[in-house]
Amino acid sequence: MAKTIKEINEKIKKGQVVVVTAEEIIDIVEKKGISKTAAEVDVVTTGTFGPMCSSGAYFNIGHAKPRIKIGGGTCTLNDVPAYTGFAAVDIYLGATALPESDPLNKVYPGEFKYGGGHVIQDLVSGKDIALKATAYGTDCYPRKSLETLINIKDLNEAVLFNLRNCYQNYNVAVNLSDRMIYTYMGVLKPNLGNANFCSAGQLSPLLKDPNYKTIGIGTKIFLGGAVGYVAWWGTQHDPSVKRKANGVPQAPAGTLAVIGDLKQMKPEWLMGTSMLGYGVTLTVGIGVPIPILNEEICKASALRDEDIYTQIVDYSEAYPNCKSGSLGEVNYKQLNSGSIKVKNKDVPTGALSSYSKAREISQELKSWIKKGKFQLTEKVVSLPSSESGYSFKPLKERPIG
Amino acid sequence: MKKQHSERIVLHFPHRLVDQPIVYKLIKDFDLQFNILKAYVTPREEGLMVLELTGDKENYDKGIAYLKKCGVKIQPLSKDIIRNEVKCTDCGVCVPICPTGALAVDYLTRKVHFYKNKCIACELCIKACPTRAMEINF
Repeated sequence: MAKTIKEINEKIKKGQVVVVTAEEIIDIVEKKGISKTAAEVDVVTTGTFGPMCSSGAYFNIGHAKPRIKIGGGTCTLNDVPAYTGFAAVDIYLGATALPESDPLNKVYPGEFKYGGGHVIQDLVSGKDIALKATAYGTDCYPRKSLETLINIKDLNEAVLFNLRNCYQNYNVAVNLSDRMIYTYMGVLKPNLGNANFCSAGQLSPLLKDPNYKTIGIGTKIFLGGAVGYVAWWGTQHDPSVKRKANGVPQAPAGTLAVIGDLKQMKPEWLMGTSMLGYGVTLTVGIGVPIPILNEEICKASALRDEDIYTQIVDYSEAYPNCKSGSLGEVNYKQLNSGSIKVKNKDVPTGALSSYSKAREISQELKSWIKKGKFQLTEKVVSLPSSESGYSFKPLKERPIG
Repeated sequence: MKKQHSERIVLHFPHRLVDQPIVYKLIKDFDLQFNILKAYVTPREEGLMVLELTGDKENYDKGIAYLKKCGVKIQPLSKDIIRNEVKCTDCGVCVPICPTGALAVDYLTRKVHFYKNKCIACELCIKACPTRAMEINF
């Protein structure tokens, strides 16, 4: 029997809602079958905790006396540059931003000890941050420089706004070359020394709603330890990739843009992260509730690691040169076993996305819903689906002039 | 044959001892076997050597007493690489990097365990850790 989100929210209010995590639903469906489970379970909670480079936050710092127009000027937070192309005191800090003084990869591999992701974590931890700004000065905004400590509690707005998070599936990265390489997928040892992957698999939000039946623009989520929302589909959203018969994409596919009040978030769910030889990023905790409205949604929510496949990609030659081609397909059960076979070699696997933290997020979101602290929202607009024709295109380079 | 005693230890040599054949004496006078896991000796700094030292327990203790008498500071190796539990996210990207299996995933809890007794302080995990949770404490 089909349910509505309104009915589920009534049950949440009355304390009668049945919520299980994206792991727990697997056993329940196995024991009771799809139709009985779909009737009994109201919500399945998912989770993911991995590095997400297209993350960032915007702030309104309030007006100084006399006023300064940072817009069009420069601004750093703990020496990490923020983007100033907005109005007088609105700035945006990206997770991958680095101080001018960082040696980058000049001393290879660079360590990238502190950048935008770390500033965001420090802000959320309640630490004071040094803001330095310069401006050109105008009649109405005469001041030309500003140096001050700021604290998240004093900011007018502090909003996490991530352009792309929550990748629906991701590559397994390996290195076919004979030298160590340093990538956003971690350190890859030569000659297939290791295979790194980055997805919570059977706990990952978009893998448990593979055709975006319930997750869409406006969906209320767990974001960084607080409430957030899906703002749009994420950049590089690519619903058009090949899918298995169960609807699950076999390569990186859908993504989400997410937004939420940074002031409510917690530093353990937004962690500044340094990828050796690559750069700085932010590890973000996200959990998405899936309302079990019908049997089809229930069936997809019960997909297991062994039902979810992805591609093995060489990051020494194929990836940097945008050459397509997979070295093989593996599922997440194989990846989580500690070793996979690539070109007939046993290759040890390493995960960049924390499964145990993803599990914690799914349990936390479950408890919020059970306690009546978190009601579900109806999506406002659907994400572009596999039938939409929407896809992710490479850049067409054209000469200037 | 008597049971062999084996320990992984870190030796800190003060500057004045750096050019002395101290480790040689361990073999010659105390019949101890050693496996050098790592060594640094830099000018104007102290020398540091990570050893796996093996031998008869009585000789082992005598050898250690000799080192202490010479002024060498000794600590067990396991104290040197530590994991900052607040920073560790249990992602597991360190696991295939570790050459001795000192970092391993528990497949039930999906948490990453750090078995200090297996750690040879090679330091490969330190920079490979995305949240820099592995710290060296020499």
